[in-house]
Amino acid sequence: MSRIIALILLALPLGFVASPSRAQEAPDALVKRIAEETLAAIRADKDLQSGNPAKVKQLIEAKLVPHFDTSRMTALAMGRNWRAATPEQQKELTEQFKTLLIRTYSNALTNYRDNTMTYKALRMNPGDTEVVVRTEVSRSGAAPVPIDYSMEKTPEGWKAYDVVVAGVSLVTNYRDEFNDIVKSSGVDGLIKTLTEKNKGAPAK
Amino acid sequence: MSKPALRTKPQIVRSAAMVPLFAAMLLAGCAVGPTKEDPWEPFNRSMFSVHEAIDGAVLKPVAQGYVAIIPEPIRDAVSNVFGNINDFFSGLNSFLQGDGNRAGDAWGRVLLNTTMGIGGIFDLASMMGIKKDPNDFGITFGKWGFPQGPYLFVPGFGPTTVRDGTGYVVRLFIGPVGYIPDVPLRNSLYGLGYVDLRASALPVESVVETAAIDKYRFIRNAYLRARRYQFYNGHPPPEEDEDATPPAGAASPAPATASPPATPEAPPPATPEAPPPAK
Repeated sequence: MSRIIALILLALPLGFVASPSRAQEAPDALVKRIAEETLAAIRADKDLQSGNPAKVKQLIEAKLVPHFDTSRMTALAMGRNWRAATPEQQKELTEQFKTLLIRTYSNALTNYRDNTMTYKALRMNPGDTEVVVRTEVSRSGAAPVPIDYSMEKTPEGWKAYDVVVAGVSLVTNYRDEFNDIVKSSGVDGLIKTLTEKNKGAPAK
Repeated sequence: MSKPALRTKPQIVRSAAMVPLFAAMLLAGCAVGPTKEDPWEPFNRSMFSVHEAIDGAVLKPVAQGYVAIIPEPIRDAVSNVFGNINDFFSGLNSFLQGDGNRAGDAWGRVLLNTTMGIGGIFDLASMMGIKKDPNDFGITFGKWGFPQGPYLFVPGFGPTTVRDGTGYVVRLFIGPVGYIPDVPLRNSLYGLGYVDLRASALPVESVVETAAIDKYRFIRNAYLRARRYQFYNGHPPPEEDEDATPPAGAASPAPATASPPATPEAPPPATPEAPPPAK
């Protein structure tokens, strides 16, 4: 019963909040809005809760991907190897990395719907074009997990280019992996590895 | 939204995140050259394979069965009781590190949860905003000046290092479960604690599975970084990050082959867990 009420309550603001364009929404407000909307969408949808892959992917592509700068993320994850890649390779890498991130997020999202997010006060000067938005995910009985979003200002609003979970940077962790693979099998080898991984090959 | 948010002041993030991450790493080859932090990589990789085999055949199914059979409130109570004991040792380590504030908070949690939380079954302290703040002997030893030592992957346990692993052994020795005279009870508690820990890793596991290209390397790097972050209590000094931005004057696009990168090999970064200068 309370579930149905919660569902209705959650569904109402969702349609209302999601529509207006907010190109210059503050970065912390953006993170909060996206996180709350995404969690609300999951709580309101049984298919999402049970992890229906197509629906979760759809949600992530609609809600989250537009707020990530995937090409910058890929460039950062490539580090010095980025310049060694041709524009076609860079494009392919970005596409594959994006797919990998979507798949990973799909997996993570449905696991964490019971958690509570708290948002830290943002330290930002008026002219800043890069900020870190700090959040914390808590669950009773467990230590809170800090999740920080590195964000940059773009013409289309603020976008995240790294996510740091408990001190582990997504971009840096992938940089180690990418570096090793490029070293042993080149940029094409990395593209091939990512493509296979995205087709569902298990982690070695 | 369905739950009241924890009342937390916007404050400096504490490095309290290890439990899920560490548990994730209880889970868990191909070969790449050993790194500075992982000089025993070939050995560790074979231990990792052993772990994966044992885990897949026994540990994980047992943990999954535990989650399937035991109702969530009871599992939460089990986690909380063990967590309450761990909080005591977190406090002890904060104390040994000379951090009275953190020790006081941890022991305050223990006091509250043991009494009003009925022996630790309920984590009332978290609900009241006194957050869980893990600390351990591995970090204490580090603060005392012991280096991290080589990375180790221990089958059935997970990622650790020589120093962190030593800290864990010390923790096991000082109990309290080891002091229970009744052997079957003692062993049951050890078993329950183990299953509880393994079960807590299940949700993260599938994420690691999707995210990692090379699971061994992914877990190792994440472990070492998370530990570094925890060591500095959430404020690690920046790593030497010569890879962060592609060099502006990078050479012409190099052929995408096995040739070495166009830029000269950068010096190896500082050991992530190098002990800090004495303060």
